Order: sequence, then structure tokens, then C-alpha cells
Amino acid sequence: MATFRVIITLKPGILDAQGQAIRRGLLALGFEGIQEVRTGRYLEIDVPEGWGEEKIRAMCEGLLAHPLVEEYRLEGC
Amino acid sequence: MRFGVVIFPGSTCDQDCLYVIRKVLGAPAVPVWHASSKLPEVDVVILPGGFSYGDYLRAGAIAATSPVMGAIRRFAQEGGLVLGICNGFQILVEAGLLPGALLSNLSTRFLCRTVHVRVENPHTPFTRAYHQGQVLRLPIAHAAGRYYAPSPLLTELETRGQVVFRYCDEAGQTTPEANPNGSVHHIAGICNERGNVLGLMPHPERSSESALGSEDGLLLFHSLLLQAEAVR
Repeated sequence: MATFRVIITLKPGILDAQGQAIRRGLLALGFEGIQEVRTGRYLEIDVPEGWGEEKIRAMCEGLLAHPLVEEYRLEGC
Repeated sequence: MRFGVVIFPGSTCDQDCLYVIRKVLGAPAVPVWHASSKLPEVDVVILPGGFSYGDYLRAGAIAATSPVMGAIRRFAQEGGLVLGICNGFQILVEAGLLPGALLSNLSTRFLCRTVHVRVENPHTPFTRAYHQGQVLRLPIAHAAGRYYAPSPLLTELETRGQVVFRYCDEAGQTTPEANPNGSVHHIAGICNERGNVLGLMPHPERSSESALGSEDGLLLFHSLLLQAEAVR
């Protein structure tokens, strides 16, 4: 068994409405100077031993991330 | 004309659609379970609103992998009519049956209110009973309705007449205040290039009887009956 970690975020340039709201919250708490907050999703996926990065990328592109508006990065490959 | 209404785990507007088609429109309608890999004999398939699979991952993403979606894809390829309302629109986009993406509303809030929508293309099977520029009062109820398409695709959609409905004010003007969720070009509904698949965020089935404040949505269902007569 191997564990892959997938982090999915909106592509740069796509307005992250949640990130903006969180930024405003942080500014309200006095954390001045915060330029931008980007949100995303985090997944841990246990896969059988021997599954290569290619297969994990196929899962990301087939379902986990929306290719038009999201990008992903992998950890633990 | 026979309608099929798909039920996914978490669909909430399936009964509303079945009710409007049977009782208000007076046409036959059957429910279709998401796990079936075959469609019954129908002329129109409706993907209703709701929160399929709890909107996990992205709204509509998991429902788009359902067995029934393979059958719906083949049905659409053969020219069958497919209508996605709200979550149904999200599912069609996630399944690749309609272009673009639906993102979180700019306000980050769930919006539940009546909006005005302008008919941009009355020449689709879904809009025959409307006229060009007609302003409709329709309810919306969604958290992820901000339509997005990158600019080359957006230009294509506009030039091909695939933008079918646009948010506007009461007078039909597309002012910034009249755009509830931040959709690009105020887009509320689009069709595919062939014109046989339509998705929209507003709920025509919740505006098909005067008791609910508007009958403007009923004309969408009437359009489909007119389409059936025209084809016959």
C-alpha cells in the first residue's frame, strides 16, 4: 500500500471567492498586509503498491480536478 | 412526448419535475434511477436539481460518473433531448456534455431568490415557446452557479448562439447588479453546439403555476411539446 497526497486549487487567474472571504476575515482580525488567500482541497489516497504517477494523474484529470478551472499537485509519488 | 426524470442520491427536485410534467403539462413522465445503465423509451431526459452526493468534490462531479450517464451520453449523441436544471446543469458540465464550468457564487453564499432572465436564443427545442429577448421571472437556489468559460470558448458560445439564457434586470438590461452569482457574460443557461442538450441554473419547474408566483418556466416544457409536433 502506498499513500498519495493530492492538493487541488483553482488555477491562477480564476477568482477564488472563498479565499477572498477568508482574506477579509484575517484582515478583520488585524493581520494586515495579506495579499491573497487561495483555497483548495486535500485528498489522501491509498493505492496498491506499484501504482505509478501516471495512474494517479489519470485519476486527477478524470475526476478529482476540473481541467478547465483547477490544477493539482501530487505529494508522496 | 415522453419524459424521463433521473434520480440521483441527493436529488431534491425530481418530484417537482414529475409533478409539473404530469399534472401541469399533461404529458407522461417516468422516474429513472441513477444506477440503471439503460434509459426507458423517452424523448426527453431531465436531470433535476438537488445536491447529488452532497456536492462532494465539486457539485455534480460524482453524479457525472453514474452508470445512467453513459446511457444519457449515447442518447444525446443520437439527438435525444437532455435538460439539466441547477444541479442537473452542474452534472452535464462535469460529464462534458456541456462546455465550461460552474464555480462557487462570487458572494460565497447560497442564493435562494427570484431573478430575471432574458431569452437569448428562442430557436432551440427548449425555447420555441418564448420570443427573442423575452424577460422571465424564475427562481434560483444554488451555491455554485457562477458560469465560467475561458475567452476563446466564450466567443464560440456567443457566436454559435449557445448562450440561451442571460441574467438581467426587470427591464431586460444586463446590469452588474442583475448578475446574482458572477457568471461570465451573465450566462444563466447554455446549450451544446447541436442544440439538443440544455443546462440552466434557474428552476423552470418551480415557476410553472401562478400559485408559485410565476408561470414563465412552464413555457420551457411547452417548447418541448411544440418541438415534438414540429418533428412529427
